[in-house]
Amino acid sequence: MRYAMVIDTKKCVGCSDCVVACQTENKVPIGYCRDWITERVEGVYPNIELELKSERCNHCENAPCVRCCPTGASHIVDGGIVLVTADECIGCGACIESCPYDARYQHPDGYVDKCTFCHHRLEKGQLPACVEVCPTKCMYFGDLDNPNSEVSQLLKRRKHKTLAPEAGTKPHVYYLT
Amino acid sequence: MSTSRRKFIKISALGFSGVAAASSLGSMGINTYLDDLITDNSLAPLKQIPTYCEVCFWKCAAWAHTDQQGNIQKIIGNEVDSHCYGRLCPRGTGGVGMYSDNDRLKTPLIRKIINGETTFVETSWEEALTLISTKMASLKNAHGAESLALLKHGSPGKHFEHLFKAFGSDTIAEPAYAQCRGPRETGFGLTFGSWVGSPEPTDIRDTKCLVLIGSHIGENMHNSQVQEMSDAIDNGATIIAVDPRLSTAASKSQHWLAIKPSTDIALLLAWMHVLITEELYDKDYVAKYASGFKQLREHVQDYTPEWAYGITTIKPEEIRKTARIMAAAAPATIIHPGRHVTWYGDDTQRARAMAILNGLLGSWGRRGGFYFKEKIDIPKFPHPPYPKPKWGWEEIGENYPFAEMGITNEVIRNTIPSKDNKYPIKAWFVAGTNLNKSIPNKKLLEEAIDALDFMVVVDTMPMEVTGYADVVLPECTYLERYDALRSSPNRNPSIALRMPVAKPRFDSKPAWWMAKQIGDRLGLHNHFKYDDYKEVIAWQLEQMGTSLEEMEKIGVKNYKRKSGPLYLTQGQDYEFGTDSGKIEFYSPQLAAMGFDPIPKYIPHPEPQNGYYRLNYGRSPMHTFSRTANNPNLNDLKSENDLWVNPKVARILNLKKGQYVWLENQDGIQSTFAIRVRVTERIRWDSVYMVHGFGHDNKKLTNAHGKGISDTELVTKVAIDPLMGGTGMRGNFVKILTEEPAKTALV
Ligand code: SF4
Ligand code: SF4
Ligand code: SF4
Repeated sequence: MRYAMVIDTKKCVGCSDCVVACQTENKVPIGYCRDWITERVEGVYPNIELELKSERCNHCENAPCVRCCPTGASHIVDGGIVLVTADECIGCGACIESCPYDARYQHPDGYVDKCTFCHHRLEKGQLPACVEVCPTKCMYFGDLDNPNSEVSQLLKRRKHKTLAPEAGTKPHVYYLT
Repeated sequence: MSTSRRKFIKISALGFSGVAAASSLGSMGINTYLDDLITDNSLAPLKQIPTYCEVCFWKCAAWAHTDQQGNIQKIIGNEVDSHCYGRLCPRGTGGVGMYSDNDRLKTPLIRKIINGETTFVETSWEEALTLISTKMASLKNAHGAESLALLKHGSPGKHFEHLFKAFGSDTIAEPAYAQCRGPRETGFGLTFGSWVGSPEPTDIRDTKCLVLIGSHIGENMHNSQVQEMSDAIDNGATIIAVDPRLSTAASKSQHWLAIKPSTDIALLLAWMHVLITEELYDKDYVAKYASGFKQLREHVQDYTPEWAYGITTIKPEEIRKTARIMAAAAPATIIHPGRHVTWYGDDTQRARAMAILNGLLGSWGRRGGFYFKEKIDIPKFPHPPYPKPKWGWEEIGENYPFAEMGITNEVIRNTIPSKDNKYPIKAWFVAGTNLNKSIPNKKLLEEAIDALDFMVVVDTMPMEVTGYADVVLPECTYLERYDALRSSPNRNPSIALRMPVAKPRFDSKPAWWMAKQIGDRLGLHNHFKYDDYKEVIAWQLEQMGTSLEEMEKIGVKNYKRKSGPLYLTQGQDYEFGTDSGKIEFYSPQLAAMGFDPIPKYIPHPEPQNGYYRLNYGRSPMHTFSRTANNPNLNDLKSENDLWVNPKVARILNLKKGQYVWLENQDGIQSTFAIRVRVTERIRWDSVYMVHGFGHDNKKLTNAHGKGISDTELVTKVAIDPLMGGTGMRGNFVKILTEEPAKTALV
């Protein structure tokens, strides 16, 4: 089992529904976020390309944040999900520094927090909150090890990319382009 | 404070303080954060209570989730709702902020003069309601019930409309008509004999070609349309976007026509020219269902793509190519009627041109074009007939023969005393609409408010308009009340229930309760024969073969269509709602009243040197100016930015992120500053911002002073002579890098 998220940039409208759904689902304090929207504009008027997408922790297979964590609070669980055990986190911020995606933030309660792929929902057989809410249905979630899963099929059929591949982190969040 | 990378980094860097204390505490515990969440979310299951959303007026059915203490945890779409397909937009998801906002209006307030100073004093409901009913009765005695005007929007408006009609006044209007979608209703109405209405019956899900003319689906989160546009993208539909700005929708299009602002009718005429001269229009459909084709053919003869090129700056071959794409996809082609269509004062004519184009393509009543919507009528709770007023919104709008609803700006005009004012208005009741941010020409609005004898404002928040009231009534939010059943016209009819999720916070009350209390005091008991609005709903649901009990469990009920198929069948005889029963390309009605029976292109003013056209639009996280203070939505987007083309930025030496002020062609300056966003997504002749920011009421603590209000810079208004719409896209601004007050001192 290797969980992956696939996001179709052709459909995302940058509405932030995924962001606010995550904030309410995971009680992320106001002013912080586990996921966010980026906008990339290329070209000169009127020959412009715009890409909108939702970003979050990539649940990297080769995760520098886990490697550098001095207490083992950052760890990888079944399905390749990268989690932080709040009680073990001393808030040193090493993981924040090491993450090439700026995916982590310091929770006001003192520990480091980030996207969990909604681990607590997956355990109940539900989808991550952001995936479930997205009005353009541009986010997909599933098991890369299952060749019939929607995510595997989409990655087979469509052109895609990951963020900062040069960092060598092997992200599990893919973007259809 | 938008949720962007920049902010995120800033916050994670700031967040280091307090680490030691918190982590030492944390390491003592046995439960991890994750365990906490699991305890919260799975062991003690959340309770689901049905509602329908009112953060905007799309009215998506939803489940509010409460924990065991009764706190609202989250709001998600009702999975069976055929109106929202089970998903909410960001505003709906952030709806809990509307409830939790601590800046909410808390008690009734009365304007008083204490020690020579005007101030609001907290008061009891009893005193506020008695004052209102006494005042209403005395104004009726002196000037007639007609002299009291209701300006409203949304659910509270419905309850006060009932009160007003029972009281004898039909002096009712809402900005949603003359400031927003009125022109398209009139334009499509004149052509097809029926309104577009809300939601639009556009068959986006099945379309092969979606044409958006200044229509920003995705930025305006009209929920089911956004979802269907995404389906259309999946299905490989072609999107053609006509917009001077690379909107989100334009970025999803295969053909973005970067049109010069204010020239859309020229493009529409040239498209008609191509369809007709190349014989690409739907000949059978036009022959069977349309009238006036010959006049139309004649009319568009000279409107060649080459002619339009000089006006629109869109290349002739692009105009031809896109016309052919539309025709090839037809009848599964939609020229979308748009929303907020009050631009240049000839907006009904532009809507007419769009409607005619749809007619030529045969898309009305066709799969992938426009379907025939169906709505379920909610039985009317019995009450005595309303008295007949001597005059009302129709008379007030008499100069606009095609107005079909009250015109807010005409109500405002008739409030200002003058000797030829035949319909003098003395008092306003404002419910659920922040006039200061929706009505252009602030000076006129203030002059009218000044002239009023009495003004009541009902809202959940201390919006700017409350500051002018004599009495302010705090409404509870949609999460705290029973309300009228929702019945939305769609492919299939459906109803949805709104019931209290939590007790009203503070001393706020539902609008139905206020209307009934005032009605009772005015002796209108027979119009309000219930103690609780719940009784009305229960009665209605029983008539409809269900019950309140059932609806409290399911929230939404979908019904089967009864009015027949969604689309015209092959060769079907069909009578359109126009006088002739045909789609009227040539409008005898318009001709009879001395208007152009077929739309013409008329040039509009252009900005002077140093000025830029002020364009505005929507952010997907906000509704009008209603949500700027909502803590959850403010967190996503707390202020608007001024979009500026890099060329302009270079000339004016503007830096990204810098704050600037604006001054319009009439010398009106923005109250606050706005942050510059340098982007190629906008032309060099315009600037752009999203609407709804720049709140000047200090009581809106999250929103006060953040960004600027486009509305305050709209002082030049081109009125649509057909229906009174206020064209607001003809204002030009210059960019000031110094705060204006300082400049004035030098
Ligand atoms: S909810 Fe979906 S469409 Fe909206 S920003 Fe997130 S990913 Fe994009
Ligand atoms: S995205 Fe960052 S936080 Fe997430 S696993 Fe990769 S390195 Fe770690
Ligand atoms: S998966 Fe869950 S935690 Fe991660 S961004 Fe989505 S909602 Fe937030």
